[in-house]
Amino acid sequence: MRNDPAVKLIDSKGLRVDGRRLDELRPIKMEVGILDKANGSAYIEHGKNKILAAVYGPREAHPKHIALADRAVVRCRYHMAPFSVDERKSPAPSRRELELSKVIRESLEPAIMSEYFPRATIDIFIEVLQADAGTRCAGITAASLALADAGIPMRELVAACAAGKIEGKVILDLSDIEDKKGEADLPVALLPKSNVISLIQMDGSLSDEEFRQALDLSTDACRKIYEMQREALKLKYHIVRDGTEDKEEMAEVKA
Amino acid sequence: MTLHAERKQLVAPGELLAEGPYFAGENTYREGGKIFASRIGMADVIGNKLIVVPIKGAYIPRIDDLVLGRVTDIGMSGWQVDICAPYPAMLPMSETPMRRDRESGRRDLGSIHGVGDLVLAQVIAFDRTRDPLLTTKGRGLGKITSGRVARISPAKIPRIIGKQGSMITMLKKETGTDIIAGQNGVILATGKNPDQERIAAEAIYMIEREAHTSGLTDRVKAMIQERMKGKTIA
Repeated sequence: MRNDPAVKLIDSKGLRVDGRRLDELRPIKMEVGILDKANGSAYIEHGKNKILAAVYGPREAHPKHIALADRAVVRCRYHMAPFSVDERKSPAPSRRELELSKVIRESLEPAIMSEYFPRATIDIFIEVLQADAGTRCAGITAASLALADAGIPMRELVAACAAGKIEGKVILDLSDIEDKKGEADLPVALLPKSNVISLIQMDGSLSDEEFRQALDLSTDACRKIYEMQREALKLKYHIVRDGTEDKEEMAEVKA
Repeated sequence: MTLHAERKQLVAPGELLAEGPYFAGENTYREGGKIFASRIGMADVIGNKLIVVPIKGAYIPRIDDLVLGRVTDIGMSGWQVDICAPYPAMLPMSETPMRRDRESGRRDLGSIHGVGDLVLAQVIAFDRTRDPLLTTKGRGLGKITSGRVARISPAKIPRIIGKQGSMITMLKKETGTDIIAGQNGVILATGKNPDQERIAAEAIYMIEREAHTSGLTDRVKAMIQERMKGKTIA
């Protein structure tokens, strides 16, 4: 299967199956604040991935015994809809989803100033509506937008993107077929301002040189995604303002 | 000593606001001589202090805040009140203007405030290590028996009140209702008839939606006048 000649992942021009260059991201679309009931929400389309993220909180911790005295508990649920993949996925949380919930939570925690809300919880829900490789990264990107939208204090936004290797070449942002038939997958989440990597995982194998190359590729992509996140966040609130801002009336009046 | 953000500029978490000898005020933090925003909101400079005025976020109680809450439980010596904060508030029996009889118990508490009752109260203590404490001792405080409630984001309450109370004064005058804006985002409008209250609530939601636009007071006023037409106000 690995070297099936029928499936060429890179063509003679050096382009991938979907026509991308080796270091090219898939098209990304983000929208903030699309759910009314959640405190914060975001929707992301990363290639064919369609992911919804919702944030509730800070709110009272239930059950009470999970509460921490010095900071808020961050909880995260990553879940794939039964219709998100080719073969119906059982809606019950799988081992994989449980693990992803944990690593996503840990990749977002360094950005959240949870010490502002002791004894409370912040709940993050990531719902994958359509999956096409790289859902954990797109999920992190969307969840960090939803957190910001909820007005939760954060040190910065978290952006994530994967790199990998197909047919001996290091590439950026694997699609489903590249993930399945390729040689390696390296998802990375980055806190771009402080230059901290909060998630790094690897499937397959890479040489030392390839690993460095892949890491550079993915962190650069995270920075690009970070810019898109900032734009998406500001766009939502800009529509409301849209040049009609009134300095006089905006003056804060404390009751 | 450089200022990177303009006044009233929309900033996202992690955005650089200033470098050098500035103070990091509300919703900002300092790291290596630089000041960054920690929440989405509008940057502002007060003297040499940088702040971010949030546009969204949970209600965090502060002492002396006026809040509207709902009784969720009756305890041995007081009530638990939901004030739309991450923490449940306590209203002790001793902080109500009722005189406590020697024989009174849990049953009597229920006759003062039952589960589901709306109360207007003031925060008397809160320090994040313990749940907020409320009082209903004070003029106008206590059980709410009539009116219409509107719930909005607590970050929008200053906009409902307006500069020196201009917005809320206009709302009261135009709708003929009495409006109490709880700092927790719960607003009560009490009028002589339900139409007035409904229009007041509609105006409140309009202000929340269009909080960042200019000339809002005039537009809300026009909307109210339009709606009030044909309504017989007793």
